[in-house]
Amino acid sequence: MFGYYFQLGMRSLRRNPVLTALMVIAIGFGVAASMITWSVFRVVSGNPIPQKSGRLFTVLIDNRGPQYNDDGEPPEALTYTDANAMIRAHKAPHQTLFYPISLAVLPDGNRSLPLKAIGYATTADFFGMFDVPFEYGSAWSAQDDTRRAGVVVLSHQFNEQLFGGADSVGREVDLSGHIYRVVGVTRHFDPKPRYFDLFGGSAFDDPMQVYIPFNRADDLQINTAGRNTCGGAPDTGVGTGREGWLRGECSWIPVWVQLDTPAQVADYRAFLEGYAAKQQRAGRFRWPPNVRLRDVTDWLAFEHVVPPESRISLVVSIGFFVICLVNTIGLLLAKFMRRSAEIGVRRALGAPRGEIYRQFLIEAGTVGAAGGVLGVLLTAVGVGGVGLLFAPRIARLAQVDLPLMALTLLVAVVATVVAAFYPTWRAAKVQPAWQLKSN
Amino acid sequence: MEIRPILASLRKHRIPALLIVLEIALACAVLCNAVFLIGARAGEIALPNAIDEQGLSVVTLTGADPDRAASEIPRNLDALRRIRGVREVAVLNTVPLSGNGWNSNFTTRPDMKPTDKGSINSNVYLMGEGAGRALGLRLTQGRMFTGEDYASASMGSSFMPETHVAIVNQRLAERLWPGQSPLGRKMYVNQYWYQVVGVVANVLRPKQAGAGLPGIYDAAFFPMQPTAELSYYVLRGAPADRERIARQAEDALSGLEPAAVAEGKTFVDIRGDYFSGAASMVWMLVLVCVVMLAVTAFGIVGLTSFWVAQRRRQIGIRRAVGARRGHILSYFRTENFLLSGAGVLLGMLLAFGINLYLMQHYEMARMPWYYLPAGAITLWLLGQVAVFGPAHRAAAVPPVEATRSA
Repeated sequence: MFGYYFQLGMRSLRRNPVLTALMVIAIGFGVAASMITWSVFRVVSGNPIPQKSGRLFTVLIDNRGPQYNDDGEPPEALTYTDANAMIRAHKAPHQTLFYPISLAVLPDGNRSLPLKAIGYATTADFFGMFDVPFEYGSAWSAQDDTRRAGVVVLSHQFNEQLFGGADSVGREVDLSGHIYRVVGVTRHFDPKPRYFDLFGGSAFDDPMQVYIPFNRADDLQINTAGRNTCGGAPDTGVGTGREGWLRGECSWIPVWVQLDTPAQVADYRAFLEGYAAKQQRAGRFRWPPNVRLRDVTDWLAFEHVVPPESRISLVVSIGFFVICLVNTIGLLLAKFMRRSAEIGVRRALGAPRGEIYRQFLIEAGTVGAAGGVLGVLLTAVGVGGVGLLFAPRIARLAQVDLPLMALTLLVAVVATVVAAFYPTWRAAKVQPAWQLKSN
Repeated sequence: MEIRPILASLRKHRIPALLIVLEIALACAVLCNAVFLIGARAGEIALPNAIDEQGLSVVTLTGADPDRAASEIPRNLDALRRIRGVREVAVLNTVPLSGNGWNSNFTTRPDMKPTDKGSINSNVYLMGEGAGRALGLRLTQGRMFTGEDYASASMGSSFMPETHVAIVNQRLAERLWPGQSPLGRKMYVNQYWYQVVGVVANVLRPKQAGAGLPGIYDAAFFPMQPTAELSYYVLRGAPADRERIARQAEDALSGLEPAAVAEGKTFVDIRGDYFSGAASMVWMLVLVCVVMLAVTAFGIVGLTSFWVAQRRRQIGIRRAVGARRGHILSYFRTENFLLSGAGVLLGMLLAFGINLYLMQHYEMARMPWYYLPAGAITLWLLGQVAVFGPAHRAAAVPPVEATRSA
């Protein structure tokens, strides 16, 4: 029966091509607009590390006090002093700190111009904590951290640029005039949003290219290439030179810890409170401990990572889709009621209401499917052209994949069938006797 | 036109009537808010900026040795000046819309702290010698910096310039000293003080900091001798040459600083990049609005056509008992007018509600009241245009239809 009703539906749709085209186009546009914005939204609002988001925490300590802090919230990163104290204390199973660096790779062989390399100065734990996948070699070891070794991990794409994608482990790279030995090459590693570096505001920026040990960068006095916030704190008199970076109260280093059990979290929180209390006793903080331990989801929400454009355009598109559906209800109603006579005849010949329901819902389903196919096409075009709609760094997050296409089709069919319930109910209510009599 | 019969007939077709009302209401609500968003974003994109945007090229230099800045900057400027078509060259710590902000809170009294409520956040532009001419700043009061100002200014110990002169733009002057002449007044940051020697037309900030126009406009300028903080080379020439100048300047600096990375861009591109997000939002919203209005109009056409088809016999009877075509036309028009009226009333309420929601959650401004009636009238007109075709078809129904059985 399904096949037969499907054929009937197709025939009926062909009978009023204009009306049909109108419905299909409305559904197609509506579903495509919603899907395009959704494809961006699902990425920017997604959990970048679902398997661990509850176990990774960023550590925040208020070093400014009630007068200078941000409405009671500590700054979004730590000072050099506090960040190093956290790492040295080693109170969590894993902990890391990092800051962005910008280095120049000097010309050699076939390259005549220096290359800019962006990356992080960090510790060995960084790679394990943030699940960085490796193509060749591995992360450097904790000993490399303590030895302040000149080692480097390259990104897949940067290894491609420098060594043509070959296994470069053991080879040497000159970064801003210092030699580093390659110990590992990552696979593509580009979590979106880049949850651990929200402080730098680089949630959707290009992936990093190099990683070097924090201690090494410290020895070479490489300054941060990222953000630095002093927040109106009183001048500590240490100047803006290297001393200022190391001993001043400006925050520039994010610190993350991995805590696997609630007990560890409680312990770590107690340790943090204790640390701040000790600073208070020492006279550095003149306020009670004000610390935060935020996990990944908490941190993403706190930092408002989802761009407002993305959310607003999603709301607008869904509103538009609802309008399209209301429109479809009206048009289907018009279409079905025109066939009252036909329904009357079917009912008079013994078709129960259920059959009428089935016939018209299937017909609506075909409209929805046609709209869905159009929607998939428009979505593909739209996602391809999403660069026109969003800033490039956001736009490239949108991708057409099989699930998205299936979802488009499914949403179109389900929404249309739901929209068809009222028109179908009206159609099934047609009185056979009345229709037959007036004919 | 008698409306009672129309209401009576609408009561018989409650759901289709409700559908039209609902569709118009939703369209009205989305339209008002979308147009408001478009207006806000388009306004941002078109913000005036009192520098010579068309003639500017900017080269950023990263990775140069900070200790050698004092000797290398004059050498770099000399090399850039030799590029054909370059009229002015200078170096700054940042340029408008570059995304690289340098903010500080200023106060008007020495006893106020930068964190006090009354302090005013502004961008800090550190200008190397000649940067006023290179950017094309328009002086409205007072004077530009002198050679002596530049030579004696250096970097302080807390990211503030060690100097006592400053130039502010009109907007910042108006915010710091409302209704007073800013010339000769002092602004403070902790132990630093700066006396205003000149006022320039409004220049944008490198990056929005805080809401509204102050967040994008407030800017103060300070002189600075060549130091490592200055890494934005600005070149001014004829608009036709800007692409070439940007390219040649990038090459020249790359050659002079082999270990650093130079990146050249025209200011027009910098502005385009900065506002690309806003521009894309505008285009998407315009597209959605156009398609939405079309869908709404066709929905009205479809439903009214259906009504007309259903009522052919009744129309025939009315015609047979003496109604003229004009009566039938105005019947359908009035009917649509009433439905649209109900729709836009509901729609204005919805639009207002959505605006309130956006205000609470996304720092959206309040929608000016006139957007509501404007959206309402648009949809009212749209309804009348959409009903035109079906109403004409209805008016064309011959009186003889009355004698035919349905």
